[in-house]
Amino acid sequence: MNKKQKKMLIRIIVTAVLLVSLAVIMPYIKRPEWEYQAVPYEDIIGFFLYLIPYLLIGYDILKKAVKGIMRGQVLDENFLMAVATVGAMALGEYREGVAVMLFYQIGELFQSYAVGKSRRNIAALMDIRPDSANLITEQDGGEVITKVSPDEVAVGSIISVMPGEKIPIDGTVVRGDTSVDTSALTGESVPRSVHAGDEVISGCINLSGAVSIRTTKEFGESTVSKILELVENASSRKSRSENFISKFARYYTPIVCGLALAIALIPPVVNLIMGNPADLATFIYRALTFLVISCPCALVISIPLGFFAGIGGASKAGVLVKGSNYIEALSKVGTVIFDKTGTLTKGVFEVVAVHKDRMDEDEMLYLAAHAEDFSTHPISRSIVSAYGKDIDRGIISDVSETAGQGVSAKVSGRTVLVGNEKLMRTRGIEPAACHDAGTIVHIAVDGEYAGHIHISDVIKETSKDAISGLHNIGIRKTIMLTGDNEEVAANVAEQLSIKEYHAGLLPQDKVTKVEEILSGRSSSDGLVAFAGDGINDAPVLTRADVGISMGALGSDAAIEAADVVLMDDDPMGIVKAVKIGRKCMRIVYENIYFAIGIKVLCLILSAFGLANMWLAIFADVGVMIIAVLNAIRTLRQ
Amino acid sequence: MKKTYGIEVDCANCANKMEQAAKDTKGVKDCTVNFMALKMNVEFEDGADEKKVMADVFKNCKKVEDDCEIFI
Repeated sequence: MNKKQKKMLIRIIVTAVLLVSLAVIMPYIKRPEWEYQAVPYEDIIGFFLYLIPYLLIGYDILKKAVKGIMRGQVLDENFLMAVATVGAMALGEYREGVAVMLFYQIGELFQSYAVGKSRRNIAALMDIRPDSANLITEQDGGEVITKVSPDEVAVGSIISVMPGEKIPIDGTVVRGDTSVDTSALTGESVPRSVHAGDEVISGCINLSGAVSIRTTKEFGESTVSKILELVENASSRKSRSENFISKFARYYTPIVCGLALAIALIPPVVNLIMGNPADLATFIYRALTFLVISCPCALVISIPLGFFAGIGGASKAGVLVKGSNYIEALSKVGTVIFDKTGTLTKGVFEVVAVHKDRMDEDEMLYLAAHAEDFSTHPISRSIVSAYGKDIDRGIISDVSETAGQGVSAKVSGRTVLVGNEKLMRTRGIEPAACHDAGTIVHIAVDGEYAGHIHISDVIKETSKDAISGLHNIGIRKTIMLTGDNEEVAANVAEQLSIKEYHAGLLPQDKVTKVEEILSGRSSSDGLVAFAGDGINDAPVLTRADVGISMGALGSDAAIEAADVVLMDDDPMGIVKAVKIGRKCMRIVYENIYFAIGIKVLCLILSAFGLANMWLAIFADVGVMIIAVLNAIRTLRQ
Repeated sequence: MKKTYGIEVDCANCANKMEQAAKDTKGVKDCTVNFMALKMNVEFEDGADEKKVMADVFKNCKKVEDDCEIFI
């Protein structure tokens, strides 16, 4: 609890003690027999005695109400509470007057405590901002470490990160080995080990060893800044339900005040006309009860809090949502469109099979890797990494690369050809046909065909579960878009049991395709989400109802263009995001229906004189506390 | 030009009220209040004197929500 809350707690306790003692003592204070007064003696004594706890608990509300009226901000909850309690005091219902104020303050305190707690929960998760960087500079032949603000570190500087410290800026490790905890960024709890030459991202915590890092970005462009910026701007976009509530509150308060006035005045006037006693006090009491019940706090507090906790809970799960309108949109998604490369597949080529024709697999891979060693083509790199052992460059000679075909080189005196069918044919070698979808690299040694290596983009382990997970939670359509050829697309779609796919699309074709899907859907189909890795698909991310980008840790463009950012590359995150959106919306609607329902019911009861102040207190504070507790549930997964 | 200020406010709805009040202040192009981070991002109009504008923003916020604080 902070200072303000502690002060309020003391006020509440003192008031409660005073209220109870007064209730016990009051019956013993007797009016002296000898005196005649217009107003009963104990009422005057009682008024002043009860005024002490009343002012103690309610002075700030009264002050706010008066200030509000002077500034033209009438009819807020402070005003409602002030009118209701002042009215109760004037009617001689001192105990009720103090109690209403007391419970109102308890509700407020509870609310502020709950908010503070969830904020701290979320803030702790997002506590990734580094305070300083240890800059290493050369001086007099030695190294000097100076502590500087991360903003001041230029690109290409060397910084040192000790165990336990946060990596302040994106960069490459130049010295040292360690493991880093990426959980604040990715939600992945297993530490990642890094060695010299590896890239590290800011926001990770260095766990085991001291490392030196050459920065590759400025602090402002580093991952940690980008993510913090995203999270801190999250609440700017309001959902329809939130806008509904603020509009609702704008019209609601004047209406209930008018109704209360009508309850207070019309029946007494009617009574007078009918020739009965006016009974003004009874109807004013009813009107005041009506006012207490009508306080819209439960709604105006719990709805934004629900979204606030929903966005917080999502970031806990590694799903960053840019605004509560996207929480709402996620809950209504009916179609998910996937980009293939980098989203459903890893986006890196890997050797998946080696089909030998006449020599040992290992020997073939050995020769191919050596021949390809000088090439930077992704396919060459994948063969070299599949070989996995050290390359002996001394045995390689006469390397020549033909763009779009492949490589020819001499390895230990043997002529090795590595490339596609075209390369083979130009050298008069007939390659074998392969039925696997993907890229086929043929190998010939000393003019004779040796076999081929099958290279393919590998499907992520969780892609299949993610697709079936989406179908299980009622997403009707999953569609895959890709720039790859028909054969590869069909293969991936079949493995993942995606029925609809469109292959051979250029980036602009993807936009057209998404627009086609957007305009072709019927109103019952729900919203369209597009999930991509942010490379080349920023326009599509913006075009879809909900743009989901995979892996915040790669592309800056993706973070900017997307509405929802998944911190890790795991497509299961999409399932999580939709589930969180739905849960949050369900709770928000529960609160709306529950609060309005109870209020309307109690309002009707009070209008007919069936509700007293104590029920009114429940309808106000009780409903608010229940709604707040319900809203906080969205924080949990 | 954009600037971020720390704020203090008790409830999410009050934060919304502050946001609206700041948006309606002269010299403010756009404003978002993040209740979660207790931060106010203000985008100023070109040529606006930020100190003066922020003083107005604070005044206007005080009008709608007495119990608020902006750390200018």
